[in-house]
Amino acid sequence: MAQITLEGVTKRFPDGYEAVKDMNLEIKDGEFMILVGPSGCGKSTALRMIAGLEDISSGELRIGDRVVNGLAPKERDIAMVFQNYALYPHMTVRENMAFPLRLAGVPNDEIQRKVEEAARILDLEQHLDRKPANLSGGQRQRVAMGRAIVRDPAAFLMDEPLSNLDAKLRVQMRTEVARLQSDLGTTTVYVTHDQTEAMTLGDRVAVMRAGVLQQVGSPAELYDDPVNLFVAGFIGSPAMNFMVGRIEGDVVKLPIGDVPLAPELRQRLSGDVAGKSVVVGIRPESFEDAALTGEARDRGYVFRAKIDLVESMGSEKYAYFTAKGESVQSSELQELARDSGADEIPTSGEGQVVARLDAASRITRGDEAELWVDPTKLHFFDPESGKSLTHRGSGS
Amino acid sequence: MERGTREYALWSIGIVLIVFVALLPVVWIVSLSLKEPSTITTGPGISVWDAFFPKEITFDNYKSLFEGGIDDSPFIKPLINSVLIALITTLISIVLASFAAYAIARLNFPGKSAILAGALAIAMFPPISTVGPLFDMWRTLGLYDTYPGLIIPYLTFSLPLAIYTLVAFFREIPWDLEQAAQVDGATPFQAFRKVIVPLAAPGVFTAAILVFIFCWNDFLFAISLTSSDASRTVPAALAFFTGESQFTQPVGSIAAAAVIVTIPIIVFVLIFQRRIVAGLTAGAVKG
Repeated sequence: MAQITLEGVTKRFPDGYEAVKDMNLEIKDGEFMILVGPSGCGKSTALRMIAGLEDISSGELRIGDRVVNGLAPKERDIAMVFQNYALYPHMTVRENMAFPLRLAGVPNDEIQRKVEEAARILDLEQHLDRKPANLSGGQRQRVAMGRAIVRDPAAFLMDEPLSNLDAKLRVQMRTEVARLQSDLGTTTVYVTHDQTEAMTLGDRVAVMRAGVLQQVGSPAELYDDPVNLFVAGFIGSPAMNFMVGRIEGDVVKLPIGDVPLAPELRQRLSGDVAGKSVVVGIRPESFEDAALTGEARDRGYVFRAKIDLVESMGSEKYAYFTAKGESVQSSELQELARDSGADEIPTSGEGQVVARLDAASRITRGDEAELWVDPTKLHFFDPESGKSLTHRGSGS
Repeated sequence: MERGTREYALWSIGIVLIVFVALLPVVWIVSLSLKEPSTITTGPGISVWDAFFPKEITFDNYKSLFEGGIDDSPFIKPLINSVLIALITTLISIVLASFAAYAIARLNFPGKSAILAGALAIAMFPPISTVGPLFDMWRTLGLYDTYPGLIIPYLTFSLPLAIYTLVAFFREIPWDLEQAAQVDGATPFQAFRKVIVPLAAPGVFTAAILVFIFCWNDFLFAISLTSSDASRTVPAALAFFTGESQFTQPVGSIAAAAVIVTIPIIVFVLIFQRRIVAGLTAGAVKG
């Protein structure tokens, strides 16, 4: 058990490319920390530096009280679960799990006991004498977990351990991993590109982009108070809607209408923004069918929009409409779109807004519907830097 | 369905034909080696069937090969030479090729493609064009008719073969496993010995068999660079077999010797084919 501290950790490849830039992160003892970001953001490189599989170009890495920059992986007392599991194909499940213990010179009867126990926890008892080739994806994944937990290491490092599983199994294993981690109470660093995994699993989540740590905080903090456009757009599904607006006096001029500027937002707005154009972010659930808002109707702003499409999820509905206006130009959002492949779909262009409505809503496709938006839930961002103008300043 | 059966029939006929053509000489040699020397050249007037198969099976041809012990037999010393030269070449070749292939498969270094291209060029080089110069050089250097005199040219031609085979195998090994082993607490050497070597073994065996067969079968260097039983290998020695008298052909003994030198190759392939095909790497990473 130990905390992991990164201080100004940088990874520079020989060709000069910086995969991780000046990363500062403190992972507390027993904490479940998620590193999340689009592919190529440096999260895996960061994890591999913690594991000792990549050299640290500059900065300091501590596990517990020890500076481990120069230590080989075996001296760091960490266990890692690889994306492709990296099971030894010539060994049985039992030998795979016993391998780290054997290397550590643990006596045979203790190896036996620990492997059996890990197999019991992971429900692998009847597979102990099989080879990895004869196991299903989920079973291989559990063997990889088993190989990590038998050691009782100072920390677990997991590199997208669930990304090779199919969707259903992934959800199942996700809860499994969360339960296992809280039972064992071992410090865990978990890398994923899947924001849902990040939000559901972690005690705290660290969002990375292009080698730079963007924001660290609890899932709720990241969701409610993103520090910039990138985090706002990355966290949450469906993603936050963005439109260009202008603050004029007490209202925000938006493509959907002149939304009143809530007093608490005005207070938090940093800098002189009057008359300047800003990027406004609205989460889908900040909208509602105006007919269903009841007493809250007067607190919010009601506008009309032509509904292009309604998707019913059973428990809720997603209504899509178009808000004409200036399109949002931001390199951060472009990168997000590129990563999710959305830039290849022509229909998901600028101005498309998605609203999450109650399942009871009667709005259907083609309606000129009355929608309601909560003005206190707006997020304002600087269009040039992408920084949040309404950030509370907590969490990072 | 109909088309399927017809295709199947055509394939079957084709396969039978190919196997027949490939095995006929082998069967013929075996048949010759089991015939009485006097019946080998039976004249016209008997059916092909009777001419092809021996009337009476005799092992005299085999016995004659080993008559006289190591000093007088024309076969025992060359057989020992063949085995030793092929084994030594295989050993040196595989050790050197493993180092080279490991570096080529794993590391990025300047001149990597030049090395591979050079190896390929050497493999393509017609051996006959080196024989003349080698003959002169070896005589000057005192390597003519010695083991090293054969092992060195064999190495030059078998190394490219071994390097290419091993590079192909090494590239297939999931190197993540090496890192997994290091995180699991292995030193780099332990990771190599306990994880990589078992996975690389099938490839190494394959390369070893190929090199061994290459050396074992060589006739050109063996006939040109040897002059006595001190280093003459079996393929070359066969050419110097003599009959009982000046007027008899040693066909029976040559056939028997040919059968004997074929046996190790067949045994090797049968034993190691299982290891090669075992597909050890299946299931290491999600495919």
